[in-house]
Order: sequence, then structure tokens, then C-alpha cells
Amino acid sequence: MSMTSESTRQNASFGNIQARATSTMNPAKIAIRNLDFFYGDHRALKAIGLDLPERQVTGMIGPSGCGKSTLLRVLNRMYDLYPGQRATGQVMMEDTNIIDAGVDVNALRARIGMVFQKPTPFPMTIAENIAFGVKLHEKLSKSAMEERIEWSLTRAALWGEVKDRLHSSAMGLSGGQQQRLCIARTIAVRPDVILLDEPTSALDPISTLKIEELIDELKHDFTIAIVTHNMQQAARCADQVAFFYLGEMVECTPAAQIFTSPKQKRTQEYVTGRFG
Amino acid sequence: MQQAVALSGSPATRRSSPGDAIFAGIARASGILVLLLLGSLILSLFIGGLPAFRQFGASFLWSTTWDPVKEVFGAGVSVYGTVMTSILAMVLAVPLAFGIAFYLTELAPNWLRRPVGTAVELLAAVPSIIYGMWGFFVIVPIMSQYVEPVLIDTFDGIPVLEDMFAGPPFGTGIFTAALVLTVMVVPFIAATMRDVFETVPPVFKESAYGVGCTTWEVMRSIVIPYTRVSVVGGIMLGFGRALGETMAVTFVIGNSDHINASLFSSGNTIASIVALEFPESGTGSLKLASLLALGFILFVISFIVLAISRTLLRPKLKV
Repeated sequence: MSMTSESTRQNASFGNIQARATSTMNPAKIAIRNLDFFYGDHRALKAIGLDLPERQVTGMIGPSGCGKSTLLRVLNRMYDLYPGQRATGQVMMEDTNIIDAGVDVNALRARIGMVFQKPTPFPMTIAENIAFGVKLHEKLSKSAMEERIEWSLTRAALWGEVKDRLHSSAMGLSGGQQQRLCIARTIAVRPDVILLDEPTSALDPISTLKIEELIDELKHDFTIAIVTHNMQQAARCADQVAFFYLGEMVECTPAAQIFTSPKQKRTQEYVTGRFG
Repeated sequence: MQQAVALSGSPATRRSSPGDAIFAGIARASGILVLLLLGSLILSLFIGGLPAFRQFGASFLWSTTWDPVKEVFGAGVSVYGTVMTSILAMVLAVPLAFGIAFYLTELAPNWLRRPVGTAVELLAAVPSIIYGMWGFFVIVPIMSQYVEPVLIDTFDGIPVLEDMFAGPPFGTGIFTAALVLTVMVVPFIAATMRDVFETVPPVFKESAYGVGCTTWEVMRSIVIPYTRVSVVGGIMLGFGRALGETMAVTFVIGNSDHINASLFSSGNTIASIVALEFPESGTGSLKLASLLALGFILFVISFIVLAISRTLLRPKLKV
């Protein structure tokens, strides 16, 4: 998939949205095929087919209720918690269909971490927040745990701000810091995939910028899927962007292309603000 | 207050109306009334019990003599019975109530949650006299015929336990009273726990599930710390009810004035002895004063329980 020349040409005509010009997509870390999802009788996802390329960022955009958050909740089986919700089809990670009944959901969620719209620090100290998830899956010595805490907080660009108060409550952090703490908590478990569900929609612009820089940094190690309502954010962060509408995936293209030359009329109307 | 009122309306058109002033006055008076009620309760109990405290001094608190003939009274037996039955009841009730609440909020299928939840609430609404009768006619015979003989045989020869579960299996006694109290307080505690567990925002639970927690780990690490204050509040509610419960306990505790190491021996509680002996106490008698003094002690015990729970509940982390 060589898009470089085309996207560069079209960037010029696209004004202030600086879309990333990624030339190639890596092999798929997660391959979704023919995925349907039901809330009771309501079919919320219709025959979705999508690859999440390894160590790249997939942006998911679309109007509210289009199914993009639902798709994230399928990927780490969060829907399992609620009776009446079910998924059919294939979501292959390596050789496992992760929506199979036999999958160990807790182990799966350690490999596919999730960060939510609102920061959700647990009611404990900053260090305990990080250690919490790690302890579930690994037995670490005290020093190894301290290293892991420092590593994950550093990766989440929070270490400098909190290193002197690791043992005070996480509730005392600002909203942006709390969200980075949640990201640190997620990567502390060392997952393969990170799902971000509108991670900046409750944050101020400066915190948003920090999180976006963080995403850029994290994709060297992690496969990332981000749901966002902010088109610029998708353009800035994502390598490929998938547009969802009424439970269908309308198209998925390299980020540059979806804003400049979408194949579908509906995509064009959405990204140019005609509806949504 | 004044400032807030002035700021909230638009200054040109809105003035605080007489209605506001009247409402604020009523609200303030209601608040003060609570303090007055509490104060006058304590005071009247204390004044009523004063002759007993004067006569027997501080030893009234632990003296185990209760002899209406010689007019010698002590609170020891009933304080022991009150505290023992209540603590025993809480030890049995808290895990059971937790199980019910956990099941109802996390595990039960949807169609079962409502009926079981309603049943719990109905149990909480059953008048205590009914528990008393049920305890006397159902629990006491079962205890004396089946449970107590088995327990006595089982623990025979084991130090400490041997003494705790000893004596003739009458069926009535401290242990049976604690059992009936357990049944009475479980609905309270379970209903409170369920309600507060449900206040935990789903997104918190989801983020814990999101790092790979099992249901139990989410409960232990997120739900319980998050609701700790209210959970202990619910437990204290049950404990307070157990301490002061009168009729159900009077039916099954056996009403004797002795302390025995065995949990199967009969005893009494402050509430049961007051209920039984109050009608037989003449105005101005030392016995009446002693009973009022007992009431004062019960009040103080409840107060201490509340104070301890408050201290325990001080948030561990500074927010």
C-alpha cells in the first residue's frame, strides 16, 4: 500500500489537518472478520471486518451510537459482564478467536488493556494503582515492583510529576494526570494491545496534547486502537482510520487518505462536518 | 448563606422572600431539635439512674449480683449478655449478609435479583415480636434436640471450646439469642450493602476487569474500598439494632441473672431485663433507678460503638 505521494499531494488541499503519511501497514495483530454484536435483539455491529496492524495506531471515528465503542468492548470481552450482550464471528489474535467461550477472559484482558473516557483511578495510592494490575498476573519482588512502577509511570510521561508522592492518594491528581496514571496502570501489565475509548474527551487541551504525544511514543511497543470524536486527533494520532456508521464499518484507510480522498460519500460527509 | 442567596438570583428582580426565611428557620429548628432530644434523653436517663450509681458506685458496672430481695443490683450480667449476643450475632451475620449482597449485585441472574432483593427487604420489615415467637417455637426446640447436643459432643475435650459449648442443652440461652439476632440483622446489613455496592460506578469496575481482575478481585480491591464507609455504616446499623433488641431476645435467652462461660447457658441483656422487670419496679425504688441506670449504660455502649466505628472509618488516604 503505497500512499505517500498521493497523501502528500492531498494534504496541501486539506488545510489545517496535518494527516500522518504512513506508507505501509504492519501485519495484523488482531484480525476481525465478519463480526456481529447484539445488545439483546438489537444488532449493534454488522459484519465488521478490520485489521489492527501491529505496533500501529488504528483510529475509529463515527457519530455517536455508530458502534465504535462497542467494537472496543468486544476486543477485551468487556461485554461479558452484561447478560444479553453477545458477539458472533471471528476476532483472531494470533491463533485464538478471542470471542470464543473457552477463552480465559482475565488473561485476555491482561493482554488487551483498556483506558476509559473518564479517568478511573482506583481509591488507593499512586503506586498501588500501578501495582494492582501487575500483582494479579505476576509475582514480583519489592524492588522489581518498584522498577515496574517507575518504568510504567515513565512510559506514561507521569514519573517526573509524581515520583515524590507515589504513596499519596491517586484521587489527588489532576484529571490529565489521572488519565496518564490509568494509561500507566494499563501498560504496567505489559499488554500487547491498548484500547483507548475517547481518552481525552474529559481533558483540557494541554493534557490532551500530552496524551497524544504519549500515544505516538507508545506505539513503538504496543498495538493501539483509539476511539475518538475528534477528527484532528484521529489525523494526528492514527496510522489508519476506520469510519463507522450505524453499526457498519464504512471504510478503513490510511489516516491521510480518509480525510483527503475518502472512497465513500458518507465518510466524506462526516469528515467534512456535513453530519455527525 | 446570605451571600449565596444574594448571588444566585439576579439582584434587580430577586429578593429573598419571607418564604425563604421561614423555610430556613424551620430547617434550623429541626436540626437543633435533634440535639435537644439527644441531650434530654441522656440527661433524664442519667438523673433517673443516679440513685443506683450513688448507692453502688462504679462497681455497679461490673457487679454480677442482681438481687431484688436484698435490693443489691449490678449491671455485669446484662452488659455481658448484651455485648456477647450482639458480637456473636455480628460475627455470624456479616459474612452471611456480605454473601447475599455480593450474590445480588454481581452473580445472580437478572430475573432472580428482584425477588431475592424484595425478600430481603421484607425480612427486614418483620416485627421483632414475630422473630421472638418463631425463635421460641422453632429455633429453641431445634437447638435443644439437634444442634446443641452435637456441638457439645464435637467440642468435648478441646480446651476453651469445650467450655464455650457446654452444659445442658436447654435450647434457650446466649447462643440461641445470638442466632435469632443474626436472622434479624442480616436483612438490614445485606440491604445496605447491596445498595452501596450498586453505587460503585460501572466504569470503575470495568477498569478493574480491564486489567484482568476476577469478580472477587474487583469486589475486594475496588468495590469494598470504595464503599467501605457505607458498608461499616450498615454493619453498625445492624449492631445497634442487635444491642437494643428486646422482645426477640427476651423470648429465647432464658432470662437468668448469672454469667457462665458456656454460650448455651441462659442469661439476659439490658433490654430484656428492663422489659421484664420494669413493670414490677415501684416509683422511686432503687430497682427502678438501677433499671434506668442500665438504660443509660446501653446508651453509652451504643455511643461508644458509634464512636469506634467513626474512628476506624477515618479515610486511610488523604484525598
